[in-house]
Amino acid sequence: MLFALAVAALVLVPVAVTFSSFARVEGDILAHLTEFVLPELVGNTLWLVLGVAIGVGVLGVSLAWLTAMCEFPGRRLFDWALLLPLALPAYVTAFVAIGLLDFTGPLQTWLRESWGFTGLPEIRSRGGVILVMSLALYPYVYLIAKNAFATQGAIALEAAQSLGLSRIQGFFRVALPMARPWIAAGMMLALMETLADFGTMAIFNYDTFTTAIYKAWYSLFSLPAAAQLASILILFVLIAVVFEQRSRTRMRYGTVGRSAASRRIKLSPALAGLALLYAGAVLAVAFLIPITQLALWTRDVIADDLDSRYWAFAWHSVLLAGIGALMVVAVALLLAYAGRQRPGPAMMWVQRLATLGYAFPGAVLAVGLFIPVAALDNWLIDTGRAWFGFDGSEILKGTLLVMLLAYLVRFLAVGFGPIDSGLHRITRNVDEAARNLGTGTAGLLTRIHLPMLRASLLTAGALAFVDIMKEMPITLMTRPFGWDTLAVRVFEMTSEGEWERAALPSLAIVVAGIIPIILMTWRGAHSHG
Amino acid sequence: MKPILTRLLATLAFTAAALPALAEEVVVYSARNEQLIKPLFDAYTRDTGVQIKFITDKEGPLMARLKAEGKNTPADMLLTVDAGNLWQASEEGLLRPIQSKTLQANVPAHLRDPDNEWFGLSVRARTIVYNTGKVKPADLSTYEDLASPKWKGRLCLRTSKKVYNQSLVAMMITEYGEGKTEDMVHGWVGNLATAPFPDDTKAMEAVAAGQCDVTLVNTYYFGRLMEKSPNLPLAIFWPNQNLKNKAAGVHVNISGAGVTRHAKNPAGAQKLIEWLSSDKAQNLFADVNLEYPVNPKVSPDKTVAAWGGFKQNLINVKEAGSLQTKAVKLMDRAGYK
Repeated sequence: MLFALAVAALVLVPVAVTFSSFARVEGDILAHLTEFVLPELVGNTLWLVLGVAIGVGVLGVSLAWLTAMCEFPGRRLFDWALLLPLALPAYVTAFVAIGLLDFTGPLQTWLRESWGFTGLPEIRSRGGVILVMSLALYPYVYLIAKNAFATQGAIALEAAQSLGLSRIQGFFRVALPMARPWIAAGMMLALMETLADFGTMAIFNYDTFTTAIYKAWYSLFSLPAAAQLASILILFVLIAVVFEQRSRTRMRYGTVGRSAASRRIKLSPALAGLALLYAGAVLAVAFLIPITQLALWTRDVIADDLDSRYWAFAWHSVLLAGIGALMVVAVALLLAYAGRQRPGPAMMWVQRLATLGYAFPGAVLAVGLFIPVAALDNWLIDTGRAWFGFDGSEILKGTLLVMLLAYLVRFLAVGFGPIDSGLHRITRNVDEAARNLGTGTAGLLTRIHLPMLRASLLTAGALAFVDIMKEMPITLMTRPFGWDTLAVRVFEMTSEGEWERAALPSLAIVVAGIIPIILMTWRGAHSHG
Repeated sequence: MKPILTRLLATLAFTAAALPALAEEVVVYSARNEQLIKPLFDAYTRDTGVQIKFITDKEGPLMARLKAEGKNTPADMLLTVDAGNLWQASEEGLLRPIQSKTLQANVPAHLRDPDNEWFGLSVRARTIVYNTGKVKPADLSTYEDLASPKWKGRLCLRTSKKVYNQSLVAMMITEYGEGKTEDMVHGWVGNLATAPFPDDTKAMEAVAAGQCDVTLVNTYYFGRLMEKSPNLPLAIFWPNQNLKNKAAGVHVNISGAGVTRHAKNPAGAQKLIEWLSSDKAQNLFADVNLEYPVNPKVSPDKTVAAWGGFKQNLINVKEAGSLQTKAVKLMDRAGYK
């Protein structure tokens, strides 16, 4: 409990800094935003959240069901390949989608010039944003739901069928409701990322709450107003999270059975063909086409832009993502475990607060952390100067510590989601049985839970790793001199609109991000036997 | 005892960033991206032996960082890609005035802070680009004219969130006041052929493809695009050349720099800025991104010179900062996204 409180306190630092902005209210800016900006973007944001929720839900759950429960050609490949979009930053997918599908893109140009056809729906629209975000974020739901179906789907379905339900009824009335906490955990991640997103929204010029936060800061020069808007966003997320949690805690879940691998549903040839087509289409649109475009752009710039420094950029990215992911997994595990040892509303609140960092717009979180760190650093420097004649301008700021803590605060939710839902899957009967056999708390964790949680831990680690690789604002603001990463390279190129040149570092991020995804699937598959 | 403790403290900073360097060093916070400044910094180090340490980010975070670090900031110099943010940095007391004859001579008065806290180093001109197959240059005249009904459905614009559109509208406010400027922006919005684009290049591609006929862009985007696809039916038009009021001339913004209030090496930072404004550095500074040198004695890159000469707007670029908030609000009211 103490530990959980400490973690929550760490997250509360930027939250507190953000909320403290209310000490200085700039009435005219807020009044302006309320009158001319907020009305539209609140609607925009709600539509976006609703659309992405449906999008990632439908894509994630259906694909998870197909790969976990059914047998069709290519299933083993799709099983891991459908995760690949995770490695692709959403703003890259967005840029490629607009490049290909807008009026000036090859498809519309061809339709127009060859057929005189101009009736294609506009990609730079609400529907377009929702589509791109859904394609970029469905893997969160897919990954977590797949684990749920794999462990309990088959038995659930059998039980349903023995009660006289059809397969479809069994899916909707038994398997789906049973998988709900996992689906919800995945959707929560996707939606928090959607709410905090700035890059994709900027490319679509789609105004959301987060774009207004940046407008207040960058355009209206009011960091306080930006922080106030961010506070409202955070409160909104908190309410949504608690609401979701409430409806979930009324149910109890336990493992129903072991792996379903041997009991896959054999699809008829026609259905199997459809499944292949569907999974293939999603993979193509969400990953293969964007990555091909990136590769083509990279080919144009690689001769000029690739130099020996890229090894350092890549090394920094992998090192930071690696250490960051380990920290996220360790802390998320302890946090989830604390919840299991002492369940209750207080603990639930602590957990929810501790994982709020993911809903913060990145740059706001970065500032919220940087301000107190700089204050602490100033105190240390002044003390150091007075006492020891220290001569320098950075102590903490010049280290990776700040950066890693910031990553932890931001991505704890990404680790916590899979680990917590994985822990829920281990029934208390297991704990009791182990205790009856004389296993202590530590033994319970290391000998019983950790092995059972292996797939969840790998999932959490891989998600955190990939997210840190892609992360931009925190990396930019807290990196020590000389610690440029691949994501920093992406920033350097895109900040002056050179998207094609950004393809090289983007592609490098994808390649580095694929490694843990493959590792996770491979190890995960082995641990399932 | 003391040195050991000092060492320990320094080791705490395990990247060694806190260790005092032996050679003279200038630390720069830069919103101008790495590939556009590193060649210059490298040249400066070759010339003078002074080491330059820099970090890049957007202006907002860089300024928040300077503010939070206060007197212990490692930064000696702030470099941005627009005047508005330099004005804001100065407002927040993050910069210090510097007295420099060199800079007074090299940088025209309207491209530097009247209080000498910051100085333009390159000029970014925002002009009209049109489809040569659909528009005759004679049809074009001013930014203001793009609001007239004859451009209905023919205009493409980049988003109002970009600072260059904000500073253009700020310039209009100085001449016409808020009411008339708002009407003009409203006119632009009414003439849009499609929703605003996220960047200048996309807007020009739309003009080239015939989705619209004219747009407003910074010239270096035009240069970059034409270098890649020289056959696009696009050309530059210099607006507001014949006006007699304050809005006369092509709207310009700057990429510029100032010395931070709490610089550890203010003299070094000043020398660097002076060097950047010199004949020697100006070409490198501007040409690497097809911008215009700020120093009038230095001629622009061949490609840039080929677009022809033009009269610049002479309102001090600091107005881009002082009127930015007004401009942004005005564009929100006019429905310019």
